[in-house]
Amino acid sequence: MKKTVTLAALFLLLAGSLSVIGCGPKADQAGQSAPETGQAGEGAQSARDYISIVGSSTVYPFATVVAEQFGKTTEFKTPKIESTGSGGGFKLFSAGVGIEHPDITNASRRIKKSECEKCAENGVAEVVEIKIGYDGIVMANSKKTEPFKLSRKDIFLALAKEVPDPNGAEGKLVPNPYKTWKDVNPALPATRIEVLGPPPTSGTRDAFVELAMEAGAKKFAWLKALRKEDKKAFKEISHTLREDGAFIEAGENDNLIVQKLDANADALGIFGFSFLDQNTDKIQGAFVDDVQPAFGAIADGSYPLSRPLFFYVKKAHVGTIPGIAEYLAEFTAEKTWGDEGYLTEKGLIPMPKQEREQYAKAAQELISISCGEL
Amino acid sequence: MSSVAKKPSTGASGGSGRERAIDIVNRRLAKRYRVEKRFRFYGLCSIIASVVFLAVLLTSIVGNGYTAFFQTYIKLDVALDATMLDRADPGGSDYQGIIKKSINKLYPEVEDRRSKRELYALFSSGAAFQLRNTVMENPDLIGTTVTLWVPADDDVDMLMKGHIKRDVPESGRRLSDKQLGWIDRLAVEDRIEKRFNVTFFTAGDSREPELSGIWGAVKGSFFTLLITLVLSFPIGLAAAVYLEEFAPKNLATDFIEVNINNLAAVPSIVFGLLGLAVFLNFFGMPRSTPLVGGLVLTLMTLPTIIIASRAALKAVPPSIREAALGVGSSKMQMVSSHVLPLALPGMLTGTIIGMAQALGETAPLLMIGMVAFIVDVPGGFTDPAAVMPVQIYLWADSPERAFLERTSAAIMVLLAFLILMNATAVVMRKRFEKRW
Repeated sequence: MKKTVTLAALFLLLAGSLSVIGCGPKADQAGQSAPETGQAGEGAQSARDYISIVGSSTVYPFATVVAEQFGKTTEFKTPKIESTGSGGGFKLFSAGVGIEHPDITNASRRIKKSECEKCAENGVAEVVEIKIGYDGIVMANSKKTEPFKLSRKDIFLALAKEVPDPNGAEGKLVPNPYKTWKDVNPALPATRIEVLGPPPTSGTRDAFVELAMEAGAKKFAWLKALRKEDKKAFKEISHTLREDGAFIEAGENDNLIVQKLDANADALGIFGFSFLDQNTDKIQGAFVDDVQPAFGAIADGSYPLSRPLFFYVKKAHVGTIPGIAEYLAEFTAEKTWGDEGYLTEKGLIPMPKQEREQYAKAAQELISISCGEL
Repeated sequence: MSSVAKKPSTGASGGSGRERAIDIVNRRLAKRYRVEKRFRFYGLCSIIASVVFLAVLLTSIVGNGYTAFFQTYIKLDVALDATMLDRADPGGSDYQGIIKKSINKLYPEVEDRRSKRELYALFSSGAAFQLRNTVMENPDLIGTTVTLWVPADDDVDMLMKGHIKRDVPESGRRLSDKQLGWIDRLAVEDRIEKRFNVTFFTAGDSREPELSGIWGAVKGSFFTLLITLVLSFPIGLAAAVYLEEFAPKNLATDFIEVNINNLAAVPSIVFGLLGLAVFLNFFGMPRSTPLVGGLVLTLMTLPTIIIASRAALKAVPPSIREAALGVGSSKMQMVSSHVLPLALPGMLTGTIIGMAQALGETAPLLMIGMVAFIVDVPGGFTDPAAVMPVQIYLWADSPERAFLERTSAAIMVLLAFLILMNATAVVMRKRFEKRW
């Protein structure tokens, strides 16, 4: 008995060491080949045969659909797409030219001047900007109750950490005193303010504070004046959300917010339009400034909380990494981003035809942007 | 015995004189039983509570996920018209067009553009790829009519599985009344049915729920764990043996020991940051690959393996070592032919538990780009790949409702692997365990 145990144990040991010997060189080879490929990239030799894409989690659902279609209909490999957030994407994108750096970055906002300059600093001289369409940010609640009818001023008053003194003293801020929606605006129901939204790392949150909160704050004349004098102080007021439980950070997972709304009829949630589009049987979008979020209203610009989506291409990689030009062609084709393209089924709001033509041309001729314009 | 007898006598001298030791014991006995009963009850309660939590977790996962193992398919008669297909180069034909033509034949009354679009939306875009593969495999089919079961769109699938309700108003549904009518007709004609979802176990990721599968992630996990195992087991074993059997006890080894214990408690994301700085930025290894993922997870698992292995070595009684040395074996012979074989089952158990931990890890992989959309099933260590927990995370974040059940199904697959690994550890321990 003891002998068999010892034998079995020895056998395992042997197997373990054999696997080390057997696989050791393989791992070594891979380890060696990696730096080689790194050097090869600098020599503009393509050793990576797939497109590497990083960037916004808002553009991710659209870019992945195009990438998959591209991979299935062409002889090229399917691009690899990482969801890093817009800022994280630019950071990786601007790090340099070479196969270890991504070829394309998605963004739910325009590139900042500082990011563009960073690109130039690291040798990414020419960057092509492609706008792909629009995304709406919705505030939605359960279908079990009436839809909310909010103005951006209401949103600001309900969610800002500090609001202008309701007693009218100009220039004075008080900690947000409003408990129910009725306190904010007598026309609204007397339910407790309870809003589920994304955390500060999210691009949706950035866009929400910019489009809804800032615009709401500007409705106060003295805050508007403050914006001209001291932009930073204005941003501090308009970008800081309540921390007393009325605004709840519900994590990056929008599906979770939808489920919570379904369970709690009094709560409102903030997320991208595509999640409303997929769950119209459970939730409904709130009217913002009398417009309900719908495909048409976002496309024609009448719904106020909408933002453009972009991606940026490293021109130096076109021709080096196989398939970039073809990927751009797939993305900018009418069957993809047109009025009836397959991206609309995923919730992307298409641009007007003229704008589409403009950016399709930019993609075809690889017209790069200059940092000075930003 | 005598001391017991003495005590009451001293008590008797100071008190009533009647209470004996046995009375005190008897008086307290009921209380002692109660305490003991209560203690057992608390233990039982905590077991029951954990079983209930586990049961709730498992039922909700299985309840949400089991439907994903089935997928709605629609029967389509496809006429492979020789005029539309080029016999010499069947790959380049317009298969989407052929599929659309076949759908039109099924519903000849649908004519206007808008309705046609709605009609085509019932079928998955995967239908054309399926047809393409069928024709490429067997070009002789050109000119004949084939009957294919093509996947239905995820909305149709959700309707068939009851996740889209028919009784809500049309505006609140992703399927219009017209589309419901068409689906009902398919059902009457026996052209629609749920079948076992093979795609789920053979495909990589996809943005169309009906075309997505877990296989790419399973393979990614396999390659990643293989690297981890091959590196961490021998290194961990050698480190443990050296530290336990050969290393002198001094400040340096104490320092190393403290550090190993410390590393075992470091949050895993830190290893990801380290991997990003060292493997990607310094060595320039390719992002998002099992190679880098395996290296990072090796760093993470090493402390676990070293600690478990050292505990296993410590459990070998000193008499074994002394006996071996006593009959004249060298220290190395003593370790390799006596101590190590006896400690190995414990070491392997520790390794498997470390591997199971590595299998469920996402945080360190986030930093090295393995949280990515990857459609192609990886074929090697340097192909971009995702791993199973990453796949679960990505699906949980997707807007399409059909991904909800796929998320749960993927969790079930991951749990199955974890159970398998942990069961192996238990069996191995039971089989090779040696008691002294």
